[in-house]
Amino acid sequence: MAVLFEKTKLLTDKQFHYCPGCNHGIIHRLVAEVIDEMNLDGKVIGVAPVGCSVFAYDYFNCDMYEAAHGRAPAVATGIKRSVGKDTLVFTYQGDGDLASIGTAEIVHAAHRGEKITTIFVNNAIYGMTGGQMAPTTLIGQKATTCPAGRSEDWSGLPIKMSEMLAAVPSSYYIERVAVNNTANIAKAKKAIAKAFRLQMEGKGFCMIEVLSTCPTNWGLSPVEALDWLEKNMIPYYPLGVYKDKEAE
Amino acid sequence: MALTLMKGSEAIAEAAIRAGARYFFGYPITPQTEIPEYMSARMPEVGGCFLQAESEVAAINMVYGAGGTGARVITSSSSPGVSLKQEGISYCAGAMVPCVIVNVMRGGPGLGNIQASQGDYFQGVKGGGNGDYHLLTFAPSSVQEFIDLMMGAYDKAEKYRIPVLFLADGIIAQMMEPVELPEMVDYKVDPEKKPWACTGWKPGDDPAKRGIINSIYIDTESLAVHNDELQAMYKNVVDNEQMWESYNCENADYIITAFGTVARIAKSAIAELKEKGINVGLVRPITVWPFPYDAVREACCQPSVKAVLDVELNEGQMLEDVKLAINGAKHVDFFGHCGSQMPSTTEIVEKILSMKEGK
Repeated sequence: MAVLFEKTKLLTDKQFHYCPGCNHGIIHRLVAEVIDEMNLDGKVIGVAPVGCSVFAYDYFNCDMYEAAHGRAPAVATGIKRSVGKDTLVFTYQGDGDLASIGTAEIVHAAHRGEKITTIFVNNAIYGMTGGQMAPTTLIGQKATTCPAGRSEDWSGLPIKMSEMLAAVPSSYYIERVAVNNTANIAKAKKAIAKAFRLQMEGKGFCMIEVLSTCPTNWGLSPVEALDWLEKNMIPYYPLGVYKDKEAE
Repeated sequence: MALTLMKGSEAIAEAAIRAGARYFFGYPITPQTEIPEYMSARMPEVGGCFLQAESEVAAINMVYGAGGTGARVITSSSSPGVSLKQEGISYCAGAMVPCVIVNVMRGGPGLGNIQASQGDYFQGVKGGGNGDYHLLTFAPSSVQEFIDLMMGAYDKAEKYRIPVLFLADGIIAQMMEPVELPEMVDYKVDPEKKPWACTGWKPGDDPAKRGIINSIYIDTESLAVHNDELQAMYKNVVDNEQMWESYNCENADYIITAFGTVARIAKSAIAELKEKGINVGLVRPITVWPFPYDAVREACCQPSVKAVLDVELNEGQMLEDVKLAINGAKHVDFFGHCGSQMPSTTEIVEKILSMKEGK
């Protein structure tokens, strides 16, 4: 019988712990498939963050690290500097990890033009700790630490990491994608593939921001969450390429 | 071999390179900035990597990253900077990433000052970061001893998979001494010797050999197993790696306990006291973790010993370990200054004389 579809071998058989409707599963698969298609013969090291994807080292079937909260870009820097250009090094981080506690590490990885790739999953909330306000939480969005909804006066406007990192002179490729429908999922895969290709060509720092849902902590069904992402997140976090030095 | 006159910080850096270190990640802080400066010029000459990190927090996480690939890696800093590294040090300990961390101690707490101190003994020896862990911690008292300990540090770090900490006061880094530098060690990552390291596992290889550098063990049972493994390793280190110097201890009237450069001042005091007919010995822990409890007890609890004097460049930190070693069998007195006021030979002599007079 002809094999029409196979699970990528860059994912282990370990069952995901993610909630029903969470988009991490899709994003994991995209990253793993892209790496698989690159035929890197074991020259891949990933860095998992602290947050919902803390156990990503159990899911990505390659050499993996688990980093301290927010520090994945620094860990990846140490890895890439020691293993050299032939090994693909990526970090996989959420918005609490990257946009809050890890801002120094991500900004300076971009600033040094580290030849690493960051997959930044932005779901506008802290998932693992149970739905607290993130720097990316939208104005009016309720979270357990802003029960009345985020206010601009008290907490400022949500941070836009892709725009911010695009402004760092040494960043090389920055794109924001979403995984709320099949067309966007296909675009997300292309973006990830481009970022990984650029890294292997020895180019500078690349980040793909992936807008993602958190049905559990948003208090929505998985389908409602996809709709909420489209209606609320994409208008504030527009999709698109924010920096492409290759095209310049 | 010919002796070279070298500044401590530069000798420390050169020794690390000769011991096989090829990756240095750090951030400038007085009084150890000559270490990163030296590394920035020297690493490229040996095909290594010097990288100035954005913070000490980032630097130690870069150490974690490079160390996990099996490379020999080092970071250096001084007290407030080492405080920032504690998070990463705990992760290195938890994930059992071998590495070398140098703390050239300065006065504290807080920003303190930039003069020599021994105020980070507690931080280095009793924890620092979170969780049940230890670092193999050396307290050299001369530049040469620093070099000699550095030459063996990576072998020990890799044998036990334990981070190694050098606790040096600012004097060691800032003074110049004649030193003998050993030959360069030829180190290359051997995946057979470091099966835990991330060296290029691929799907189809033995799943048990996939590199996972990690300190999270989410269920209670697996964390207990991991901690048991760590504790068994620490016991092994305690049993095999204690180092100390005993000086003039036999039948001494008094014993001084001191570490680092303070021990050298104590030796001058011992010579002066000898001229006054008072026989004083010195026990100097070289590893402060594992602390040489038995050696300290043996020297201090001889029948001839009337009392023990612990001297430190702090307000009394190793003092607690000295007291634990002696366990009440002898009176233990303390003399010290908070960071940056070096105890003088005269002060130590006068302290022993006042103890003799029963004051």
